[in-house]
Amino acid sequence: MSAYKIIDHEYDVVVLGAGGSGLRAAVGLSEAGLKTACISKVFPTRSHTSAAQGGISAALGNMGEDDWRWHMYDTVKGSDWLGDQDAIEYLCKEAPRAVVELERYGVPFSRTDDGKIYQRPFGGMTKNYGNGTAQRTCAAADRTGHAILHTLYGQALKQKTEFFIEYFALDLIMKNGECKGVIAWNLTDGTIHRFRSHITIIATGGYGKVYYSATSAHTCTGDGNAMVLRAGLPLQDMEFVQFHPTGIYGVGCLITEGVRGEGGFLVNGKGERFMERYAPNAKDLASRDVVSRSMEMEINEGRGVGKNKDHINLHLDHLDKKVIDERLPGISEAAKTFANVDVSKDPIPVVPTVHYNMGGIPTNYKAEVLTLNGSEKTVPGLMAIGEAACVSVHGANRLGSNSLIDLVVFGRSAAKRAAELVKPGMLHEGVSNEETDKCLNRFDKIRNSNGSTKTSELRLKMQKTMQSKCAVFRTEKTLKEGVDQIRKPFVGMNDVSVKDKSLLFNTDLVETLEFDNLIGQALTTMDSAYHRRESRGAHAREDFTKRDDKNYMKHTLAWQKGKKVEIKYRDVHSKTLTNDVQYFPPKERVY
Amino acid sequence: MTFNIFHQRREYTKMAKFNLPQNSKIEVGKYYKDKTNSKNLRKVNVYRWDPSTGKNPRIDTFEVDMKNCGPKVLDILIKIKNEIDPSLTFRRSCAHGVCGSCAMNIDGINGLACIKSHTDISGDLNIYPLPHLKVVKDLIGDLTTLYKQYESIQPWLKVDQTGKEKIELKQSQKEREKLDGYYECILCACCSTACPSYWWNGDKYLGPAVLLQAYRWINDSRDGDKKERLKKVADELKLYRCHTIMNCTNSCPKGLNPAKAIGSIKKMLATS
Repeated sequence: MSAYKIIDHEYDVVVLGAGGSGLRAAVGLSEAGLKTACISKVFPTRSHTSAAQGGISAALGNMGEDDWRWHMYDTVKGSDWLGDQDAIEYLCKEAPRAVVELERYGVPFSRTDDGKIYQRPFGGMTKNYGNGTAQRTCAAADRTGHAILHTLYGQALKQKTEFFIEYFALDLIMKNGECKGVIAWNLTDGTIHRFRSHITIIATGGYGKVYYSATSAHTCTGDGNAMVLRAGLPLQDMEFVQFHPTGIYGVGCLITEGVRGEGGFLVNGKGERFMERYAPNAKDLASRDVVSRSMEMEINEGRGVGKNKDHINLHLDHLDKKVIDERLPGISEAAKTFANVDVSKDPIPVVPTVHYNMGGIPTNYKAEVLTLNGSEKTVPGLMAIGEAACVSVHGANRLGSNSLIDLVVFGRSAAKRAAELVKPGMLHEGVSNEETDKCLNRFDKIRNSNGSTKTSELRLKMQKTMQSKCAVFRTEKTLKEGVDQIRKPFVGMNDVSVKDKSLLFNTDLVETLEFDNLIGQALTTMDSAYHRRESRGAHAREDFTKRDDKNYMKHTLAWQKGKKVEIKYRDVHSKTLTNDVQYFPPKERVY
Repeated sequence: MTFNIFHQRREYTKMAKFNLPQNSKIEVGKYYKDKTNSKNLRKVNVYRWDPSTGKNPRIDTFEVDMKNCGPKVLDILIKIKNEIDPSLTFRRSCAHGVCGSCAMNIDGINGLACIKSHTDISGDLNIYPLPHLKVVKDLIGDLTTLYKQYESIQPWLKVDQTGKEKIELKQSQKEREKLDGYYECILCACCSTACPSYWWNGDKYLGPAVLLQAYRWINDSRDGDKKERLKKVADELKLYRCHTIMNCTNSCPKGLNPAKAIGSIKKMLATS
């Protein structure tokens, strides 16, 4: 594709994405003296980390006794034993240091009476291996993600990371199974850029936008995941999609779990605090999959609220005004803006809403991407972190406030590992133009699509199919239908139309490329869900209601080849990282 | 002070020619008639400019079926892009008022399209890019200068770091409270692009968004560089081009008060 002029760059490491994990990695890489480029399709502070509200978990013990092992136990249990315990140990052990580091970077955490970081209760976070509530979630009011994202961007500026902003990454450059860099399209002037790098770190976030109703930003299209699929590599545990219990009804805007952490509770149409029935101990602070399922059951059994009895009420009108003003100002604002509710007087109407992807690019705890070649094998030159990655620390269900800590712990880990593998200024070996041509052929073909179907129509079809066939509760029948129906918008790409043919800030083309990215992930999600015949964490099958450790104590790996998806499995790690903690054997998961 | 005013007047006189270049005159654009036979239509006038065509900017008018449209201005724009003209170009991301992407001029006032209800506006809806930015395309303005100015105030905590710290810096609740109203800024640029001083001297005057950020760091009890930070902004152009017009505070979609932040910096300088 010589029609496109290509501008070449050479970097030691390239980071794709400038959210919490990408920025933390970039800071570490720049600190280590590596020439680092950070590429993002949006200005860094626009990344979706900014929408995280409730907080970041770490066993600091500022508000009562705590231990990283208790945090680890909660995370393993929250993951419904699908998480790899070596990675979970690393996450929980490193967490306190990572939060202190953020504080010293300047994050404006809320404070305790004695001036330490304030910590609030959150779902599934307990003391002493499930006995009593822990206050472990470190908060900057209810704007923790925003505060962290802005602070990390400041640190990256301090470290002089080179940013390529409003560049849309197209594809990885692969050679003999190794990653050699990435090709990106500069939206602001329409040029094509080829970045050579010894290591490419994918930090492109989740793909919530495969669903119709999600708390995710419009930009959450999992572009990095799709690049990995196109590189012939698998995605892991894609069937595990988290529905957050409290998205504003009809809007999808997130209302933090911190509301329940501060004493808010859910009420059904009969005025009952129904969570007492489903989770007698943790009640409203059971983990998210449990609360979302309970809400759906209440609604399905006719006990919802509203005209159509199709949602649930979240009460915080009983809370002290001071608590709301100091700790939940952002959600008061959101409730007013999106539901026209004054939270000091009325409940917020909420429904379970797609929120987070536990699945993603398989990695080890050093952030190195894994594939299966007999057994686990790393992919040289490629790393993944944040929501794009599946380490797997969240397993089948992520605990609230474990995502922000995942970003910074593994962002740092990736930088550390990269600094071990790459020395500043190492020479780049030659790569043929074959990969570049392949990438630009795809780009050019999509750009010149002159079919009769709008991108928005295909997207809507995909989103509605995912929403109805791959929801909170799943059955063989709905999933089989889903497996068939999700291929229609996939095939529809052959007849897509792109009206805007320009190269400069062509968001018509961007949205079409994003749809092409999303649909591959929709396929792998649906097929992975169809093949898992058990209920575990966020994957709840009405026809296989129990967890089946005998057959499914394993991670799903899904490769996409056209409209076919190939499924394989790899075992969940059954060891911890060190002897500091013992492996937590599977047991029944009750809250 | 007298000199200043005089000096400024002279400047104004000197620059009184307001002839716009030919290629920046806004023309009447396309009219997109409703095709859904909706009984509930609204006319939406949108600024359009595509530099790759070499044509002048124009105002396109879209008849939008309001019966099947979400409540916010962003819902209208997305509906137009999805159903009428996919080439309409604007930034958007979170759609919850936290990322700051969809800042634009709506009905003459800067704001975030994702949290602005269109029912609050009567008559036809007029949507323009943020004022006085170089337009990249349609509703997308070039914020490069503002981002560089943001970098120039060094938005990171300055504190002795040895890399071995095991515990957090202490900050009392009272000290932390002083950051409220400032750390929440989402850098959407609604305030700076509403400020006549910033329109006039945007390359030298830091503007309300960046000064509010500067104050956020000056005001952080943990920061060890307060004096230097103050010194850095104590400049006739960087700071004192603020003439307390207050457009910034009026336009902030997050309800923050940049004018107060600037006033506080000035007061600190006057009393230090």
